[in-house]
Amino acid sequence: MTFYDVVQIFKDFDYDSFFKGITDMQIEKIIAKDKLDKFDFLALLSPTAEKHIEEMAQKAHNISLKYFGKNVLIYTPMYVANYCENKCVYCGYNCTNDINRKVLSLDEVEKEAKAVHDMGFRHVILLTGESRKYSPVSYIKDCVKILNKYFSSICLEIYSLKKEEYEELVKAGADSLTMYQETYNEELYSKVHLGGPKKNYRYRLETPERACEAGVYSVGLGPLYGLYDWRQEAFLGGLHGAYIQKKFSGVDVNFSVPRIRPHAGSFNDLHEIDEKTVVQILLALKLFIPRSGTNITTRECSEMRNNLIPLGVTKMSAGVSTEVGGHTQENPGEKQFDTSDKRSLEEVREAITSKGYFPVMKDWEPMVS
Amino acid sequence: MDELVIANKKIKSRFFIGTGKFSSNKIVPDIIKSSEAQVITVALRRIDIHATESKDNILNYINKDCILVANTSGARNAEEAIRLAHLAKATGCGNWVKIEVISDSKYLLPDNYETLKATETLVKEGFVVLPYISPDLMDAKRLVGAGASAVMPLGAPIGTNRGLKTKELLKIIIDEIDIPVVVDAGIGKPSHAAEAMEMGADAVLANTALATAENPVLIAEAFKLAVQAGRKAFLSKPGIGKELASASSPLTGFLR
Repeated sequence: MTFYDVVQIFKDFDYDSFFKGITDMQIEKIIAKDKLDKFDFLALLSPTAEKHIEEMAQKAHNISLKYFGKNVLIYTPMYVANYCENKCVYCGYNCTNDINRKVLSLDEVEKEAKAVHDMGFRHVILLTGESRKYSPVSYIKDCVKILNKYFSSICLEIYSLKKEEYEELVKAGADSLTMYQETYNEELYSKVHLGGPKKNYRYRLETPERACEAGVYSVGLGPLYGLYDWRQEAFLGGLHGAYIQKKFSGVDVNFSVPRIRPHAGSFNDLHEIDEKTVVQILLALKLFIPRSGTNITTRECSEMRNNLIPLGVTKMSAGVSTEVGGHTQENPGEKQFDTSDKRSLEEVREAITSKGYFPVMKDWEPMVS
Repeated sequence: MDELVIANKKIKSRFFIGTGKFSSNKIVPDIIKSSEAQVITVALRRIDIHATESKDNILNYINKDCILVANTSGARNAEEAIRLAHLAKATGCGNWVKIEVISDSKYLLPDNYETLKATETLVKEGFVVLPYISPDLMDAKRLVGAGASAVMPLGAPIGTNRGLKTKELLKIIIDEIDIPVVVDAGIGKPSHAAEAMEMGADAVLANTALATAENPVLIAEAFKLAVQAGRKAFLSKPGIGKELASASSPLTGFLR
């Protein structure tokens, strides 16, 4: 069994009828519970629950304080290649987009790593587009080995790999994986992924499981909000986290709520979500899986990110460039999307401190030498 | 003289503290001062001796006269815990180590089996090993046999502040185990700490309860006093509480 089988169970689920039956009293009871089941979680994503967002926030704040304390971990992404074979209609790296493509040489990766390290970062995410020609696994492995010299934690945000390939990268020093499903709706998935290896819905859906089997310590999950009905997406995203947590009990589960940002793509049929909805999703996830981490990316603006901190945020990026070699290259590769929050590391640290939280730069020790 | 001795080291304070979850490293010296704690645990994964800014290195905030105990948080098995203990020593954290092996991200319960394996190895290598465990008597005995310097059974899962939910098991361990028993995890308020000490625990460790209080420095002092009170209560051998009043017509009054 994999998470694909769980998705099938809810394929014909009547969400509308479920939401219509949810009362205020039910929501109040759910918020008061110690442990939520999946239908409690779904109820917290209902229109009725919107009215109870403050009570949900208070609970999420307390949960997060107990399990994560007043700490927010800071990381930054490192883009090393943007060649891509996929045709994802919402992404700037879409292979049909005429953009400045680039792959850093290993020397350039080292230079970029040193610059990012000297800025103070110890946790990084390594990003590439999907191109086994320009950024093959062997290249990614070489990058991980270089990053290993400079950083405590290396998270992979690359294309879907086989279990054996993840094993190689874990052995080289990668410890975490971020793998956004984009949409849990199989039909829509096929419509927004027009071509390329990423078109295989099931292969992508099962990717976190392969990485966990290969020994990663932490996974980041979530749909890309804006492609489809957010309530269904958030529900399946939460179930995905619960499934991973149960199947791989040693793995930390993290959620983020990325919203579609302006990009070089052309997809216009958007189901946009507002800030209140982002908050409702984050809170429902925290109440459902109390020990899940919450990651807020620079897709959100600085004000929103500041305000979210006490609601249970455990990770934030800073000093973000989504360009290939954006920290050292004179002519970096095209950015993946426009960031909303362009603050430097120091500014983000100050913002976290001013909220009464501690900006943590290092919270991992590599398990490989 | 009522002294706590672990690995031949006399320890003045029976209140141990953890240093995670606080809003700043800067508050740690004040916490140490008000708690008068001498044994301080630090997660090795949080230590950055090459930090770009010195404020990012927690070790800069811990007095030299404290006993630093690195913990192996992040380890999922014995092998990883051993690796982290080695790194802690190489980082200058000394040879006291709290073994924390957790392969359960949902409840954060420790893995006693892997903890025992790590303890066996590290004791042989000369470490002073303080294993964090679920309160199981047989495992505690095995850890004594393996050479642990103390055992640290949990009162409730980490971070829950629920108090001594494992009370009956803790009592048995305190009664049966001859090395120091330090109740760790789940201690949410000073009264929980006092209760553990009254039961005869040798020491108590708290972290979340301090870090999540609005005034961590003040509650640290409250914990210190509660631990002292609990210890004194234990030593004074208090009278046994009675649930019923003494019967005015004794049932055995005929035995004369």
